[in-house]
Order: sequence, then structure tokens, then C-alpha cells
Amino acid sequence: MNSKSVVIAAVVIMWASSLAAKQYPAQADSPSKNSGVGKQSAKPQGEGERVFEQHCSRCHTSPDGFSPRISGTVSRHMRVRASLSQREEEQLLHFLNP
Amino acid sequence: MAQSATFAGMLCLTFDRVLRASAFGVCSVLAALAVLSTGRLATAQDTPLISGGAAFLTSTNGGKTEYLPNIEPLLAAPLGSHLLVESRAALLEFFTPESGNQSAYKHFHFVGLSYLQGDYVASSHLTIVGGEYLTPFNTYNERLSPIWIGNFQDGPLILPLGIFSSGNGLGGQLRGNAIQRNKYSIDYTWFYSTRSANEYFPAQRGSGGRGSLYLPEQRLELGLSYDRLLQGTHENFYGAHLWWEPRDTTFRLRAEGARGHHAQGYWVEADYRTKAFGGLDSVIGRFEPLFRMQQTFRRDTVVSDGLPMVNTQRADFGLDYNLPHNARIITSYARQFSSTGNVNVWETGIVYRFLFPAWKGK
Repeated sequence: MNSKSVVIAAVVIMWASSLAAKQYPAQADSPSKNSGVGKQSAKPQGEGERVFEQHCSRCHTSPDGFSPRISGTVSRHMRVRASLSQREEEQLLHFLNP
Repeated sequence: MAQSATFAGMLCLTFDRVLRASAFGVCSVLAALAVLSTGRLATAQDTPLISGGAAFLTSTNGGKTEYLPNIEPLLAAPLGSHLLVESRAALLEFFTPESGNQSAYKHFHFVGLSYLQGDYVASSHLTIVGGEYLTPFNTYNERLSPIWIGNFQDGPLILPLGIFSSGNGLGGQLRGNAIQRNKYSIDYTWFYSTRSANEYFPAQRGSGGRGSLYLPEQRLELGLSYDRLLQGTHENFYGAHLWWEPRDTTFRLRAEGARGHHAQGYWVEADYRTKAFGGLDSVIGRFEPLFRMQQTFRRDTVVSDGLPMVNTQRADFGLDYNLPHNARIITSYARQFSSTGNVNVWETGIVYRFLFPAWKGK
């Protein structure tokens, strides 16, 4: 296997992935077992969920669940790491622990 | 250069990043942070947290298999309504074959802090950071280096560019969201690091920053980085990154390029999880195929800057499996091409992510 064939294979894989990605829309994960966050519903996307999807899950998947006692600390940490505004931090906190 | 892409290469970065502190020192710092925060708990939601990952990783390169049990705990403790103290440590044991003898192993252990910083949230647009921090150059060092986040075991070949060898700065940072609109946002980071020969907090003098434009409708982020080493031979480093996550999909594309005085390169990574067979939590949906392509180009061979000493191409094919309860199996095969020889690198591992309050409460 030479480098050219590897690059060609890679391009094909990426192209196929992007096609598949368009075909199947995503659903939200649930970051907190205590909050019911991320459950499938017909409601329009909330601001907190938007903040979570755009800023948190861009880097990492959501944990299976965590205690509501640390939801404020998680929000503060994300504010620093993801450069959130104060309003976004509050929306995220409400999303994690409504 | 084969070795720069191998498990050992990753370890070199890790070893540089972690400080050569004793276990006692690390535990003392974490305990002090926990004690400090107990007196200032504002609400029941602000309990300090302990997060991080525990992993058992293996890497086989040219028939030589190495093992790396590894724990990276992270502590975040809010103090009042504006201050957050955070720190991440690394505790690892490295098992590698004795030279020329696959059956006999030698091992080393390392314990140290990856960073220890205080964050003061001054306003909606400004956070002041002090202490030892991860150098904010491009995105990998700050966002993807934790073992419970990265898709591949080892970092990209160009990682050493722009992060001043250790990956850490010691000094201050200004960061935040400069402009926030519905259709776009711009965030920034500026840092200054002083020179330090301290055993626990080594750093090089330098300064620089990063600016990013994020388009939420397109789920597209574009950013530029620049920093300058201000000791020894002053050098400039330039970086650019692109992250794209098409709306309503589970496809992600990440790419970075970096240019230093002696070398330059790029990496492109794509990953995808399908929802076609019962959703993300189905047996099939938990699979996550990955691909990363990277190239480095040597501009001269005057110094070793952590990049391969000859032009190198590498393709990583990965397949991760996201288990329930915050565990993940990560596997990959890489083929690396260079004039010094082509090599195969096989990597496997299991990573567990934890997140819980620092102490029991009501």
C-alpha cells in the first residue's frame, strides 16, 4: 500500500461519510440523568440546548449523567473553556438542571 | 520518522506536558483547592467537581508493544460568583520492552500537573486567567488533549508547533467572547508566559493569541493563531484551524495547520456515528469510524522541534466504540510514510470517563 492509495481511500471514506451524514439527522444525547435533558420531544430547541450542542458537544460527548449539585460548576467551567457569555452560562445551567 | 508518530512519540509529548512533580505535591495542591472551596460554596449547584478519565492503552509499532495505564483527574472548584480554580493532573505508568527483548519489560511512572490555573470572570466578554495553563495555540492542546475527549490515542504530528515544547505557559491570559450575534460570534485568547526553570512549573517566555469566528447556522468555526517565542532564538509560529459539524448530523470534520521556523504541517480528522440502525445508543450506533490524514514538511534540520526530521505522511484509520456508562474502546491502525522507512502503528485502549462531586452532600 503506497501513500497515494491511502490518500485516495481516505478521500473516498470522507466523501461517503459526509453523504451519510446528510442522510441521517442527529438526535441529542442526554447529558444529565437528573434533568431529563436531551430527551426526544416535539418542542422547539431551547436556548440552553442550543448552547450545549454548539459549544459543549462540539468537543466531547455528553456524560451519561451527573449530580445536579455540580451543574453550576460544569456551567462555569464551560463558560471559561468555551468563551460563553453570562447569558449563555445561565441558559446552559438551566438546561443541565432545569 | 516513525518514532514521532508512535506511542513513544505521544508519551514524549505527555511527559513534557506533565510536570515532574511528586505524587505528594499533586495531592497537596488538589487537597488545598478542595479545602479552599469549602468555605465559599455559594449554592448547592456549585459543589466542586472531580472529572477526568482513566485509561489502559496499548501501542504496537514494528512488533514492539507498549502499555500505558493512565489516569487524568481534573478538579474544578468555583470560589464565589466570579472565580474558578481548575487543575488537571496526569498519573501514568509506562511499560516498554527492554531493547531487543520483547519478553522482558521495563517501566517508568510519572505523576504531575498538566495545568493549574485560576479563572476570574470579569465580564460577559472577558475572563482573566492566571497560573499555569495549556498554551492556547490552535485547538488540539486545549480542547482535544484530554484522554477522555481525543478520538485517537496520540496527538497529531504537528502538535509541538506553537505550544513552546511543554504545552504549557506560566503567566496570564485574557480570553472571552468579543462579539456575540445570532449569526456569528468571535472569541479571542491572548497570553503571556514567563520563563521558568522551576521543577514543578517549567515554562518558556513567549506571547501570542488566537481568534476564532463561529457561524452557528453552518456549524463552522474558523480560527487563526499566532505566537512568538521570546527567549533563545526568537521564533514565530502561525496556525489555522477549521471545525465543521454540519447541522443536524453526527459527522464532524476538524483540521489544523501550523507553520514554524523549521517545519510545517497539517492534519485533517473526520468522524461519524450513524443513527440509521436504531439511534446512537444502538449496538451499531455506538460505533464511531474515524479517519485522520496528516503531513509534515521539514523546512530545515537545524534543530529538533518535535516534528519528524524528514517529510512525513501518515494516515490513521480508527474505529471507536462508545460503551454505556461513559466508557469507550478506541482502536486505530496507522500507516506512516517517510524516506527513513514506512511503518505500521496499531493502537488499542479502553477509556473510562468520570464526573462526580468532590464530596458527598445533600
